Amino acid sequence: MKVLVPVKRVIDAYVSIRVKSDGSGVDTDNVKMSLNPFCEIALEEAIRLKEAGTATEVVLVSIGSADIETVMRSGLAMGADRAIRVDADNDIEPLAIAKILKHIVEKEEAGMVITGKQSIDGDNNQTGQMLSALLGWPQATFASEVAIDGDSAKVTREVDGGLETIAIPMPAVVTTDLRLNEPRYPTLPNIMKAKKKPLDVIALADTGVDAAKRQTVTNVSPPEARSAGVMVGSVTELVDKLKNEAKVI
Amino acid sequence: MSTLVIAQHDNAELHASTLNTVTAASQVGGDVHVLVAGSGAGAVAQEAANVSGVAKVLHADADHYKDGVSVEIANLVVSLAADYSHIMAGSTTSGKDMLPRVAALIDSSQISDIMAVDSADTFKRPIYAGNAIATVQSSDATKVLTVRPTGFDAAELSGSADVAVIEGPAANGTTSVVGRELTVSERPDLGAADIVVSGGRGVGSAENFKIIESLADKLGAAVGASRAAVDAGYMPNDYQVGQTGKVVAPNLYIAVGISGAIQHLAGMKDSKVIVAINKDDEAPIFQVADYGLVADLFEAVPELVDAL
Repeated sequence: MKVLVPVKRVIDAYVSIRVKSDGSGVDTDNVKMSLNPFCEIALEEAIRLKEAGTATEVVLVSIGSADIETVMRSGLAMGADRAIRVDADNDIEPLAIAKILKHIVEKEEAGMVITGKQSIDGDNNQTGQMLSALLGWPQATFASEVAIDGDSAKVTREVDGGLETIAIPMPAVVTTDLRLNEPRYPTLPNIMKAKKKPLDVIALADTGVDAAKRQTVTNVSPPEARSAGVMVGSVTELVDKLKNEAKVI
Repeated sequence: MSTLVIAQHDNAELHASTLNTVTAASQVGGDVHVLVAGSGAGAVAQEAANVSGVAKVLHADADHYKDGVSVEIANLVVSLAADYSHIMAGSTTSGKDMLPRVAALIDSSQISDIMAVDSADTFKRPIYAGNAIATVQSSDATKVLTVRPTGFDAAELSGSADVAVIEGPAANGTTSVVGRELTVSERPDLGAADIVVSGGRGVGSAENFKIIESLADKLGAAVGASRAAVDAGYMPNDYQVGQTGKVVAPNLYIAVGISGAIQHLAGMKDSKVIVAINKDDEAPIFQVADYGLVADLFEAVPELVDAL
């Protein structure tokens, strides 16, 4: 079984983002970029499936300009066998991403897709579900455990009330939650090897997908800041403030 | 113009997030219809009919809607979509799981997690874990939107809409729910509670979380946890407050032994009053707290329980 792992390059999770003063977006110049953390978890899961003999090949896919190849190489260093970059703008909407991925899944005859539940920049949480719908495959989102048994799978999902386990036939789309696994760090020899792994580039036009935007972001602003509060010296003072000043208890 | 709101429920009761979603739908303008898809969920349909601002309830009853499986619910919503200008669901795990399928199948570009309605086609939503707010205008004929419950007040229960029974498409049948480990708690629902008491890594162990729970019980509050506390196994995943857990906005949020990582702040900084108790006076949580107390939680929290 060939596993396709769509990944996204995002501003590193530990960088404090800066909103541009003209309201046009978030500053990405000279900012550390990384693989989206949920995509790393997806890739780790796919690599483990290969190590367990369930998957035969792990193919990394990402959509964007040549700039994203650096983080794609770090995915190859983690253990993906090869990578495909669809050459396009870096800010394509999830629906168009899903359509492009559908094209790749069909072309590659993949037997499974594992991807992150959301990217930590747009926080959309859409792509996996949309891809699943377009392919007509079952979906298992927010996975915390994946057990594949031949042509079916059991996936435990993190839901609002706790955990839910679903049974689905393969092929399927799985999206990953935080606690599915702990992604490995690439070793130096693997980083060297990754430089020689195939990274094919496909033109957006060759996918036949119209990626024109349906949405216009008219403004991006920082959130309203909370005004600084006060420090209290004791529990007694805290209780007094909550009762008589804030009047919340 | 009319909006279809997909109700979330457990076949017995409407989930609180549906009431916030109806308010968002009312702000768009036009009629608001609510879809209740379930099995034996007549009481839920009736409850939805009582929600203020709802013009009509569509009730689909079938075995394959019993577990709220997204593939099944999405196919039903798609079969109704042509009648609506807007389709909304709360951004709970169910809504997030289901609605993008609808969007893809009707070829609409979804806008996720809206926190404000600027106009019928323009919405505000948080990006980068709430560290920026984007205003997004949609050009799609049918707007598909998930709604952040804390962004909108709950609709009242003084309406009286008609309930229309509808038939959905045949079962897809691929997906079955084979197990559920749901947290059973006498405490209020984390997403809808007036007061939330959360513990972090500083609490130190699952056993020590009883201290947090005793404070919560004294206040009639829900219990939450930081990602660090959940990752350390102190509390189950569904207690997690933060970017990837639950987003809460209670009247009072008490953060105990929580340092205040950006990830956590994204989930609670819209709370009305924030209290932080931490022994590290440099902890970032104090920058968003209305009242900060630098103290050892193992002394301060029992003292607080006694003082209340």
